Amino acid sequence: MIQNRALHRFAALTGAATILLIFVGGLVTSTGSGLAVPDWPTTYGRFMFAFPLSDMVGGIFYEHGHRLVASLVGLLTLTLAVWLWRTEQRRWVRRLGWVALAVVIGQGLLGGITVLYLLPTPISVFHATLAQTFFLMVILLVYATSGEFFGATGEPAPTFGDSQGIRRWITVSVGLIYVQLVLGAIMRHTGSGLAFLDFPLSGGYLVPTFEASLLEAVNGQRMALELSVVTQGQLLINFAHRLGALAVSVAVVGTVTKTWRLAGFHPGLKRQSAALLAVLVLQIALGAGTVLSGRQALVTSGHVVTGAVLLGLGFLYALRVYHFYPPKPEPVSRPALGRLRAGLDGNL
Amino acid sequence: MNTRYLRILTLVALGGHMLYAGGTIKGTVSFEGSGPKPRAIKMGADPVCAAQHKEPAYSEAVIINENSTLRNVLVSIESGLGENSFAVPEEPVTLDQKGCRYEPHVWGVRAGQTVEILNSDPTLHNIHSLSKVNPQFNSAMPKIVKKKTQIFKKAEDVFKIKCDVHPWMGTYVGVFDHPFFAVTDDTGGFVLADVPAGTYTVRAWHESKRLPAQTLTVTVKDGETAMADFTFMGPKPK
Repeated sequence: MIQNRALHRFAALTGAATILLIFVGGLVTSTGSGLAVPDWPTTYGRFMFAFPLSDMVGGIFYEHGHRLVASLVGLLTLTLAVWLWRTEQRRWVRRLGWVALAVVIGQGLLGGITVLYLLPTPISVFHATLAQTFFLMVILLVYATSGEFFGATGEPAPTFGDSQGIRRWITVSVGLIYVQLVLGAIMRHTGSGLAFLDFPLSGGYLVPTFEASLLEAVNGQRMALELSVVTQGQLLINFAHRLGALAVSVAVVGTVTKTWRLAGFHPGLKRQSAALLAVLVLQIALGAGTVLSGRQALVTSGHVVTGAVLLGLGFLYALRVYHFYPPKPEPVSRPALGRLRAGLDGNL
Repeated sequence: MNTRYLRILTLVALGGHMLYAGGTIKGTVSFEGSGPKPRAIKMGADPVCAAQHKEPAYSEAVIINENSTLRNVLVSIESGLGENSFAVPEEPVTLDQKGCRYEPHVWGVRAGQTVEILNSDPTLHNIHSLSKVNPQFNSAMPKIVKKKTQIFKKAEDVFKIKCDVHPWMGTYVGVFDHPFFAVTDDTGGFVLADVPAGTYTVRAWHESKRLPAQTLTVTVKDGETAMADFTFMGPKPK
């Protein structure tokens, strides 16, 4: 098999456009513009691409802009899927291209449903989660079409070490980041983002008690700031996201520590793990900034997109670790073979 | 007594009763403490909106009148009317989008009464209700669509209607199954007329979350005026 560099670059372009789309999607929610265009797929009764730029004012700028960038990503994904279908020899990669296309179409339909049904929370959360899932698919396609995947990067030959720990840590990290992004989506779409107005404390506590008095105190602060009152459930969702951030931090720091401690480990992977740590630090700072700025739209959307970048970078790191240091095949033990034979005989 | 005179007397008595049927609830909503400084609205997100205001447009969230009363308080009878039913007016209530603001800012409407929603602006709006009892709606009002109508079929506590294009635009409406509601004006006063004799809970609602709604018990007698004065307390002056 020969690597198709143009195809790889095109997949990377699709990934970059997806990051932009996630950022613009974040802006739509952060600015409260999700319903600024009440109709779908038309925009104020016009064919979407015929809507005048001069009318892209206020919330329409974000919502209609989101639709335009989404259309671009849809077009790029369609092109990528067709390109893979025509040139790619590996069946799973071709299929993944089609699956990504199906997901991006489904994502567009979900976006339409959120508009027409006035932002139902489960659909909005699903829309946000599917965006991250689609992003992971594109990253997989980017990596599958990369020179590294074909073993043609000129990187030093990998030396096998005790990489099992790193594989475990990064797998857990990616899983936790994904769960954290789902929690973040639930938090945003249930209006729980500013349930606690302080950070790093939560309602004045490191670990809040969630008693009625705490809810009363929090709502007292909120009313003084002309913010709507919150429920105990919203406080819990908010705190779960904070706990999630802690869990992700532990997992990512664990991954990076394991990586740097392993002598002879792939230098490129070491560098990437350092980048992962840097993005984590940025993400925590943006999370704090989101609360302390009163959910300023750019900061909040920056937090959303940096979360996606952290997920993508972690996933790519996991792919590379598994690529360079695949787990050793488990030797089949004699008793296990005996059981297998007995089972086969029984079935025959 | 001649039955003819008896009939006349009965008619006069009935007429008198009809003339003086019910009483009036009248009052003032005062404000004590320090109110927020008027906040100018930034309309730069839509140049058409900004161009309509030569002078800064200020937020209507809390308006304290010169006589230390509070404007835009929706006063209404909350309970005590029993099973009485009242005819729904045929004339519509008007909500206008003008200068990228809603007029009126706080208002009441009868359940089943038509609301005419106007767009007097040379720009587009969406009109999005956040009602919980009545179905929510979100309608496009491009600049060529100058009028839409809407009916809220069920009585509902005050909710917000907003424009997602222009995030500063918001109006608050209460939907009532009776006609006894009013919004305080630039004197802070209100009048609820033709209220049947009885004892009622009267409620004063303001949009500020720092000024929770208040209630008073008021007894109305035929042909008389009952007073219901409210006082909202703001933060103490520093």
